[in-house]
Amino acid sequence: MEYTTRLGSLADYDKGKVIPIDDDPKNYVFSNIFEVASQSAPYERVAVAKNFEYVIEVARAEGSSDWYSATHDEFVLSMDGVVEVQFVKLDDPAAVAPPESQGAVKLAGEPAGRKMGRVVLSRGHQGLLPRGAAYRFIAHAPACLMIQTVEGPETVQKWAEICQNS
Amino acid sequence: MAMSETAHQAAASNLPLVMRTEIGAIDNVTGYRTFSAGSFSFARDEYFARITWPEGTHTMPVDAFLRAMMRDVAWGFFYGTVNFDDVIGTVNHYGEVTLFAGRYNDAYHNAGRDREERFPSEVLMPLFKAIMSDWTNQGFDPFAAPMETGAPWGSKNGHNESAITRTRVSAKRIVGLPGDTPLRTDANGFPVNRMFPDLDQSTPIVEPEPGFEGEVWAYNLFDYLSRSDVTWNPSVCSVVGESLFCPTTEEFALPIDHGNDRCEWFITLSDEIDWDIKDKETGKPRAKVITRAGDVSCMPADIRHKGYAKKRAMLLVWENGSPIIPELILKGEAPIVSVTW
Repeated sequence: MEYTTRLGSLADYDKGKVIPIDDDPKNYVFSNIFEVASQSAPYERVAVAKNFEYVIEVARAEGSSDWYSATHDEFVLSMDGVVEVQFVKLDDPAAVAPPESQGAVKLAGEPAGRKMGRVVLSRGHQGLLPRGAAYRFIAHAPACLMIQTVEGPETVQKWAEICQNS
Repeated sequence: MAMSETAHQAAASNLPLVMRTEIGAIDNVTGYRTFSAGSFSFARDEYFARITWPEGTHTMPVDAFLRAMMRDVAWGFFYGTVNFDDVIGTVNHYGEVTLFAGRYNDAYHNAGRDREERFPSEVLMPLFKAIMSDWTNQGFDPFAAPMETGAPWGSKNGHNESAITRTRVSAKRIVGLPGDTPLRTDANGFPVNRMFPDLDQSTPIVEPEPGFEGEVWAYNLFDYLSRSDVTWNPSVCSVVGESLFCPTTEEFALPIDHGNDRCEWFITLSDEIDWDIKDKETGKPRAKVITRAGDVSCMPADIRHKGYAKKRAMLLVWENGSPIIPELILKGEAPIVSVTW
């Protein structure tokens, strides 16, 4: 028997659902990352999962993003499309993201520091966004990103909009 | 699997601690040993595992029993409740563990036919490992999908220690980084699974400047998962504090009904996984959750769930391994649902 793996994309996804028997579907906080990304602004970091302070954000990569940094590691997974991530080792990371801060912080302009290199991620590739570095995304065509991080000033929460409500 | 190494002991219920376990003699007919833990007894024959306790007895097909116990052992009793089926299971108190029969089954519990006994984890775990070692025959791999392993049936026929003592994969930062858990390749014994022949196996472009080789890093997670030789066995692939990405591949049925003691998130990365949701305390059905590629769902902390995948699927299990959560659970301060609106 031949098997075909069914992956999703911004252009083609088949969303499932919660079928309640004796429960409220909202308890399952059910959404689809391709739907969320396709209905959000480019690089809007929308939380699709939250567990205490930790979140998983989804973003549609399109064009060039702002620069971000965090006091902790973050990780990005391309779920659809190709995205380049550029890194700069910040000369003064605390000036960008105070030590007590959590989550990604958007830089006001270009980062001051030494170039660290770059990665180019295709679908299924996961990359490290190292603590203390600045990073930005560049996508020449729309891509869908999933980011493992901590809730921060860039995290957008719009659960009623993205989740199955009934 | 995704247990935090910093998860610390939380006081269990008021049950007295039971210290007694015993490995019995070899049965002259089947060749298997019997085992006991407190007042629970375990025996197997050619087809079944039989569990008895003073108020009752229970029979499970031995393949289902071994697959369930394998997860309980490999995951260090896991988070919360591991129901082997609707009758038998364990509850983790992180340092202590409750073994129960019928406790979370309305009929048994309401009739007073249930039993639960509490053990130090270091007392019960060696017994479970001894059961797995004795009852797993040559050729049967309880981690493998049913179509990828031999049968567990029959009288005693050898061992399969390498299958049941796999080292748990747990990245400290991210898979593939120097010094961290290695990538899976043909060369190190992880060929692509038969159900993922069409996955892109490309590697990302990684171009660090000199001196940043340990920080500029990426790998192909989907390729890594397509080479997993186990099912329903999450492994930590990336870590942000206590936030653990624990992806896994799923085929056939989750061998346990997992009643997590905290909210647990699922992101289906490929194909379809369907979940049966039951009430954690009573076992009454509450919902079905149909998930396909890109779907995100949260399992509340008051349910038990069992998944089904007709075709091998990639699932991202997302756990919060914070050591404060057991204390919050005991105080009733841990949220049942992660997000409300």
